[in-house]
Amino acid sequence: MSGSGGIATLADHKRRRVEELIARTSEAGGVSLIRDAGRRLLRNPTAVVGAAIILLFLVIAIFAPLVAPHDPVQRFPELTRDLTVDHIPGATAGHPLGSDPLGRDFASRMIYGARQTLFVGVLATLIGLLLGVLLGVIAGAVGGRVDMVVMRLTDVMLALPSLLLAITLVALASRSTQWTVIIAVAVVNVPIFARLLRGSMLAQRESDHVLAARALGVKRHDIVLRHMLPNSLTAVIVQATLTFAVAILDAAALSFLGLGDPDINRAEWGLMLGVDGVRYFEVRPELAYFPALAIILVALGFTLLGESIREALDPKNRR
Amino acid sequence: MVRVILRRLIQLIATVIALMTLVFFWLRSLPGGPVDALLGERATPQTRELLTRALGYDQPIWVQYGRFLKNVVTGNFGNSIRTGEPVTEVISRAFPATIELAVAAIIIAIGLGIPLGYLAARHRGRLLDNATIIVTLVGISIPIFFLGYLLKDWLTQDIHLFPPSGRITTGLGNTDVTGFFVLDGLLTRELDASADALWHLVLPAFTLATIPLAIIIRITRASVLDVLDEDYIRTADAKGLRNATVRKRHVLRNALLPVVTTIGLQTGALLAGAVLTEKVYNWGGLGTLITDSISGGRDYPVLQALILLAAVVFIVVNLAVDLSYAFIDPRVRVK
Repeated sequence: MSGSGGIATLADHKRRRVEELIARTSEAGGVSLIRDAGRRLLRNPTAVVGAAIILLFLVIAIFAPLVAPHDPVQRFPELTRDLTVDHIPGATAGHPLGSDPLGRDFASRMIYGARQTLFVGVLATLIGLLLGVLLGVIAGAVGGRVDMVVMRLTDVMLALPSLLLAITLVALASRSTQWTVIIAVAVVNVPIFARLLRGSMLAQRESDHVLAARALGVKRHDIVLRHMLPNSLTAVIVQATLTFAVAILDAAALSFLGLGDPDINRAEWGLMLGVDGVRYFEVRPELAYFPALAIILVALGFTLLGESIREALDPKNRR
Repeated sequence: MVRVILRRLIQLIATVIALMTLVFFWLRSLPGGPVDALLGERATPQTRELLTRALGYDQPIWVQYGRFLKNVVTGNFGNSIRTGEPVTEVISRAFPATIELAVAAIIIAIGLGIPLGYLAARHRGRLLDNATIIVTLVGISIPIFFLGYLLKDWLTQDIHLFPPSGRITTGLGNTDVTGFFVLDGLLTRELDASADALWHLVLPAFTLATIPLAIIIRITRASVLDVLDEDYIRTADAKGLRNATVRKRHVLRNALLPVVTTIGLQTGALLAGAVLTEKVYNWGGLGTLITDSISGGRDYPVLQALILLAAVVFIVVNLAVDLSYAFIDPRVRVK
C-alpha cells in the first residue's frame, strides 16, 4: 500500500463519514421527520381509512344543503299524518329514512347532523386546545410560581373524571344551551393540553437548539414562540385528533342525560341519539341506529387517524 | 416512603378543597344565584326570599364560605332539596349499588381484558389479533348508553335472557344487611336472592365494562408485544426454560406493570360510565342520583356532595395505584 494511496483512502473515508453525517442529521431534522411521517402515513391502511372517513364526513357537512333532500326543520304533512306515540312512519317516497318524532325528514336531519356534530366537536376541541396550549406554554416557559399555580389548577380539573367534570359544569350552569355543552366538553380537555405543552416546554428548555438560540441572544418570547412551540405542535395535533372523538361522544352523553342543547330544531347526532333515539327505541330503533352509527364511524375515523399519526411520528418506527 | 404518602395526602386534601371552593363560588356567581336556579320560572319575590333565608344565602359570603368548608370537613351537607332527607343518608343508600356495579364491571374488564390482550399479542397479525383490534376500536367509539339500549333490546325483549332493569326482582323479600345485594344473599343464606341479584347485574356490568375492557385489552397487547422484544425473553428462551415458565414469570410479570396504571385510570371511566349505565338500567345508585339531582331543578346540596365523593374516590384510587408501584415494581423501590 503506497503512502499517497493511504492518504487518499483516509480522505475518502472522512468525506464519506461527513456525507453520511449530513445525510443522517438532515434526515433527523424537523421537516424531514414530518415528510417521512407523511410518507409512512400514506402507506398505512389504517391512516388512509381514518382519513377517508373524516373526508367523507367533511364533504357531507360542507355540502349538506346540496346533499339533503329537504329542509331539516320543516314538518311534512304526509309524515305528521301517520305520526302517533307508538308509530313513526318509515321510508316512503321522497323520505328515504322516514320521519323523525316530529314529522321531519330524518335523512335530511342526518345529513345536516354532520354539520352540527362537526361544529360542536371542532369548537370544543379548538377551545380546549387554545386554552390548554396557552396555559401549558406559560407554565413551561415562565416556570417557578406561575408553573406551580397552573399545575395545581390542572390538578383540580383532573380531580374529576372527564365526563363527570363536563356533567358538573353543565349542571352548575343554570340553563343548558349549545354553548354550555361546547364549553363543558372543551374545558375538560384544557388540563390535558396544558400538561402536554408544559412537559414539552420543560424538555426543550435545556436542549441544544434552545441553548444555541439563547447564546445567540434571541429574545425569550421569540425562543418560546419560534423555537420551542413548533416542536410541540405534532404532539398537540395527535392529541387534538383523539380529543375530537371523545368530544362528540361526551356531547352525546350530555344530551342523553338531559343536559344537551334544548333547541328542538337542532339536528346534531348526539342530540338525535341521546334524546329521540333513546326515547323511541322500541317504536323505531332506526332513530337511534343511524345517529349512533354515524357517531361510531366518525369517532373511529378520528381515533384511527390520530393513532396512525402518533405511530408515524414515533422515531422508534423510522427506518 | 411515609413522607411521600404524607405529601401526596396533603396535596390530595388541598386539591379537593380547591375544587369544592370553585364549586361554591361558581354556584354563588350564577345569575340570580342558586335560589333562582332552584325555583326557575316559578320564582316569586316571597318564595325567593323565604328560600334565601332558609338556605342561609342572606348572610355575608365569607360566613357562608366558612360554614360551607366546616360542613365539607365534618361531612354535613344539609338536606336534599328534592326529598328533604339528609344528603349523607341519600348518598349512603345509593352508594352500595354503584360499588357493586363498578366492582362487577372491573372484574369483567380485568378478567377478560388481560387474557384477550395477551392472546392477541401472542397471535400478532393473525385473525384473532385483528378481530380483537377492530372490536376494541368499536368499543371505545360507541356511546355506551346506546350499547346499553342495544343489549337491553336484544337480550331482554327479543330473547328473555336477562331482566331489563333494576337490581333485584321486586317482592323477592331479600334481607338488606350491607346494601350489596349479591353479598347480602350469601350472608343471610338466601342464595336465590344472590343469584337473582347477580342475574340483574350481568347486563349493566357488561355495558359499564365496555370502555375499560377495550382499553385494558389494547394496553395489555401493546405491553406484551414490547416485552416479547426484550433481550431477557430471548435469553430465557435460549437457556432452555420451559415455555410456560417464560410466559408466566418473564412475559406476564413485566407486561402487567403498565396495565396496573391503566386499571387505576379506568376508575374515572367507571364513575362517569356509571351515570350513563345506571340511567339505562334504572339501577338506583349514585349515577341515578346524579341524573335525578340534575333533571327537574338542580338539587345542589346533593350534587355538591356527589362531586366531592367522586373526586375523593378518583384521587385516592390513583394515589393507591401510584403507591402500589413501589410494591410491584422493584425498580421504583430502588430509586
